Amino acid sequence: MRNPQLNRHGELTHLITTEGLSRNILTHILDTAETFVPLAERDVKKVPLLRGKSVFNLFFENSTRTRTTFEIAAKRLSADVFNLNINVSSAAKGESLLDTIANLSAMQADLFVVRHEASGAPYLIAQHVAPHVHVVNAGDGRHAHPTQALLDMYTIRHFKKDFSNLTVAVVGDILHSRVARSNIHALTTLGVAEVRAIGPLTLLPSGLEQMGVRVFTDMNEGLKDVDVIIMLRLQNERMRGALLPSSHEYFKHYGLTEEKLALAKPDCIVMHPGPMNRGVEIASSVADGKQSVILNQVTFGIAVRMAVMSIVAGASA
Amino acid sequence: MAQLPPTYTTEQLPDAETLYANLLAAVRQEITTLPIQQVHLVGIHSGGAWLAQRLHRDLKLVQPYGTLDISFYRDDFDKIGLHSQVMPSEITFPVSGKHLILVDDVLYTGRTIRAAMNELFDYGRPASIRLAVLVDRGGRELPISAVAVGARVEPAPKGSLVLSQTEDGGLILTTEAEEN
Repeated sequence: MRNPQLNRHGELTHLITTEGLSRNILTHILDTAETFVPLAERDVKKVPLLRGKSVFNLFFENSTRTRTTFEIAAKRLSADVFNLNINVSSAAKGESLLDTIANLSAMQADLFVVRHEASGAPYLIAQHVAPHVHVVNAGDGRHAHPTQALLDMYTIRHFKKDFSNLTVAVVGDILHSRVARSNIHALTTLGVAEVRAIGPLTLLPSGLEQMGVRVFTDMNEGLKDVDVIIMLRLQNERMRGALLPSSHEYFKHYGLTEEKLALAKPDCIVMHPGPMNRGVEIASSVADGKQSVILNQVTFGIAVRMAVMSIVAGASA
Repeated sequence: MAQLPPTYTTEQLPDAETLYANLLAAVRQEITTLPIQQVHLVGIHSGGAWLAQRLHRDLKLVQPYGTLDISFYRDDFDKIGLHSQVMPSEITFPVSGKHLILVDDVLYTGRTIRAAMNELFDYGRPASIRLAVLVDRGGRELPISAVAVGARVEPAPKGSLVLSQTEDGGLILTTEAEEN
């Protein structure tokens, strides 16, 4: 079966997940993003690539950073952008997801950017839109957040140049994290030397070892000699039942402090997809410290989302 | 008024180095009319960028030259999508008030030049833009013409003219059969 994200010519026509995408496709996205970064220095920061196209930002779940950077990216490509907060409109009135999409398609949408609390919602939409319409997943349930993973890969490549000798640690609430899942797939495809997952047993999903990941429950051991640390947010809103004693206790064992960071390589970079809980998963001194590249991630996120939208919108119908 | 460029048939066309010598002479002549400190060359990827680099060196220009990749400004994005290898445009100088010499290898429909001019205006408002090309093969679809030309080809070649660069920086012009 063909990967549902590719058209019959093997071109990326939807971006649903980093899982199953080839190294060539991932590298093409990162290379294209690199050509968009210098636009920020120009008088006019826009290019006319998606002029006349309509991009609908469909956010069934709240988000400020992701929605805003998608909006900036689409506007820098000269698209017309429509932001819909579905959780306060149609869905609340009982309209089904596919009816919402059918109605928006009737308004001549060219590209849907979808965030949904249900895993698989963007895939369902991609299966039902016309061939010239494209879908980009902006985060679905616990499944995937491919543009976050790609901007993380861009950030790592920017600072470390090459993936092949790197040890990357993903730390925290991996069980509920679509960012962690998308990052692990992308890191593995791009050929890093080692991916580590660090967290309490209650927040580690089963099957990590089968994905080629080394699992640690002791953070001090897991951070030894790593090149990159990706911290995850503690997702209290997705937790059901008592998985943790308290956030204070969590910080003591799995919060990134200067002492713990000192165990990693001296030039190790610290990343976080945001929003951060200071004092829960990361100490302020680390978040604002010189090894932190958290705000670079946000900036690169615009160029990466421009690259993704222009590549899928350019795929033939 | 600059003299008319030499005209050849495709079969008679001299090698790329001879054409380059013609182009260099024509550009040298053209920039005598301009305030030299305000002149910048801008080459279009990839052939035009190689030519701009050579011209920049041979004309002993002090001001930096720029390069453009016009992929984001093409008018056929809906038909062909994004080129697989886009290069970053590098314009490191402020273009406002400058006299720009846009450099490309082959001038054909003029659509590439239209795209390049649109991109340049997103960097600022140049004082003027002139066009220098290695080969003018006719077939214009837009009101665009070059002031410095290595040679004109008549009648229009059957295939496409492709400039390539050897490892030591030499230039080679070949005719390739049109696709489809």
